[in-house]
Amino acid sequence: MVDTASASDVTRESGRVGQRRRPFRQRLGRAATPLLWIGPAIALIAVVVLWPVVVMFRTSVQHFSPNGFLLGPAGSKNFKNLFDEPDLPGILERTAVWVVVVVCVTMVLSLGLAQLFNQVFPGRRVTRWALIAPWAASVLMTTLIFRWALDPNSGVINLFLKDIGVLKSFGSNQADWLGRPQAAFVWMMVVAIFVSLPFTTYALLAGLQTIPTELYEAARVDGASTWRTYRSITLPLLRPAFLVAALINVINVFNSFPIIWAMTRGGPGHETATTTVFMFQLKEAYIGESAAMSVINFGLVILVVLVFLWATRWREQVT
Amino acid sequence: MTDVVTEQPLTGAPGRRVRRVRRAPRGRKLILAGLAYLIAIIFLLPYAEMVITALRPNAELLDRDYVPRHWTFSNFTSIWASGFGTNLKISLEVAGGATALVLLVALPAAYYTARRHFPGRGVFLLLVLVTQMLQPAAMLVGIQREFLNFDLPSAVLSLILVNAGFNLAFAVWILNAYFSSVPVELEEAAMVDGAGRLGALGRITLPLAMPGIVTALIFTFIAAWNEFIVALTLATSPDEFPLTVAINNYVGQYSVDWGHLFAGSVIATIPVIILFAFIEGKVVGGLTAGSIK
Repeated sequence: MVDTASASDVTRESGRVGQRRRPFRQRLGRAATPLLWIGPAIALIAVVVLWPVVVMFRTSVQHFSPNGFLLGPAGSKNFKNLFDEPDLPGILERTAVWVVVVVCVTMVLSLGLAQLFNQVFPGRRVTRWALIAPWAASVLMTTLIFRWALDPNSGVINLFLKDIGVLKSFGSNQADWLGRPQAAFVWMMVVAIFVSLPFTTYALLAGLQTIPTELYEAARVDGASTWRTYRSITLPLLRPAFLVAALINVINVFNSFPIIWAMTRGGPGHETATTTVFMFQLKEAYIGESAAMSVINFGLVILVVLVFLWATRWREQVT
Repeated sequence: MTDVVTEQPLTGAPGRRVRRVRRAPRGRKLILAGLAYLIAIIFLLPYAEMVITALRPNAELLDRDYVPRHWTFSNFTSIWASGFGTNLKISLEVAGGATALVLLVALPAAYYTARRHFPGRGVFLLLVLVTQMLQPAAMLVGIQREFLNFDLPSAVLSLILVNAGFNLAFAVWILNAYFSSVPVELEEAAMVDGAGRLGALGRITLPLAMPGIVTALIFTFIAAWNEFIVALTLATSPDEFPLTVAINNYVGQYSVDWGHLFAGSVIATIPVIILFAFIEGKVVGGLTAGSIK
């Protein structure tokens, strides 16, 4: 009896000791096991995503020669130069118009498209496949098609506009859409909406699938009209999907570069540039100032990311 | 077993789960279908124009007609003389390399976060989620200066790293969801039957998560294949240009080589659009970190 008791005491004791103070190597092993699995991912993110942010911030307070040689610290001079750019107010305003118009039109259109493609009709699957083309294709190449189609002399868009009587004559100032900054910017927004629609529509389609059928049956029993059903059941329940799709779209549209670059290179001057394109234009000769623009762009993106984290309730998902 | 396969968490594959909201009358249904077909055609029109222009003889390039009078494949044969083969090879290397790296890194991370609740798991997933919302365009100067310092032997390596880093999040989310949907009991049963942990992983879990792996694979490949702004920044010599940069270079200061531009675009986009059709229903789940299923 005594023996067993003491024996169990000993094991219990040693167990407790073990818990309090495992051999160092074993503790290290325990902490290291997760690192073994997720370490490579962390390393990749650190090198490719996090470190460039640090370098970007550092570059924004450094002074560079136009061909990229570091000349020394610059303090806040890059930011001062940036804010003194006479074109900056116009660029900021254009960026706001770009994001607001493209995202709003995209979301409204994709509400309709999602509703349509959620109906049951023969060949629905095939029509949905057609919808993904601008999503899968390179945005650069899609934009170049539009640039070609807007050719003032023979582009098919102008051909069509002539056929329906909107365009008076080929080669005219009216036909030269990309030659006029404001008209060019409108066409860029058209392309941006076109390439944004597939993702937002698919996201809303997925959202529609989560709405229980019973709700619609109940509404029908109550004799609710189609519009009333849509407003009182579909729209409120679609809200989470709508919000997430819109926020991801905001990020994509704000960061969008190929559309404007392929159409006009942001020109003439900076007249069709958004802040993302302006950053790229500055990078050619004014690296520090370009980094300052990047820092501001990055700050705006982080704001949207914070809203996104709130909207997706990421914490609930993780746990 | 088959049950598990069909119960994919992220699919939302809307086509399969038909939900009859209300039986539409015949006439209305016809109108809806007609409208849907019309929209589908509008979405395909630009790509039809791309193919048509690529097949247009140079002599008819400036003709004012929707469809040329003659068709020619000459753009597709002569494009190879301008080094297009090298560009194609670079794109394959960048997209293939990035895809392999993403799978190598995302598979263990996704599996571990799906199976274990370890301290720091939440922080790690938050990091991944934030990564997904960041795009290279927002920090391009930093990427350029960092890789200038790295001085890697080829821009291809830099592009593989950058593309892998920015597409890792999608793969982690989609794989995590698939791994979570495989019951632990299945793995345990396999281990009882004598398979080791790795054996259970290889014989049970990975095959069941295959749709997720294929989705991650295709999505990463396409994203890296289409990437433009980083390639434009980091690739400096013609023998390092991937397809996007090469096609952008057909746009000259005063004239554009449209025939070759669109022949190249056809080669670069049509296979990718077809590939995307295979994963179409599963992509939203990965892009929204599972917040829309």
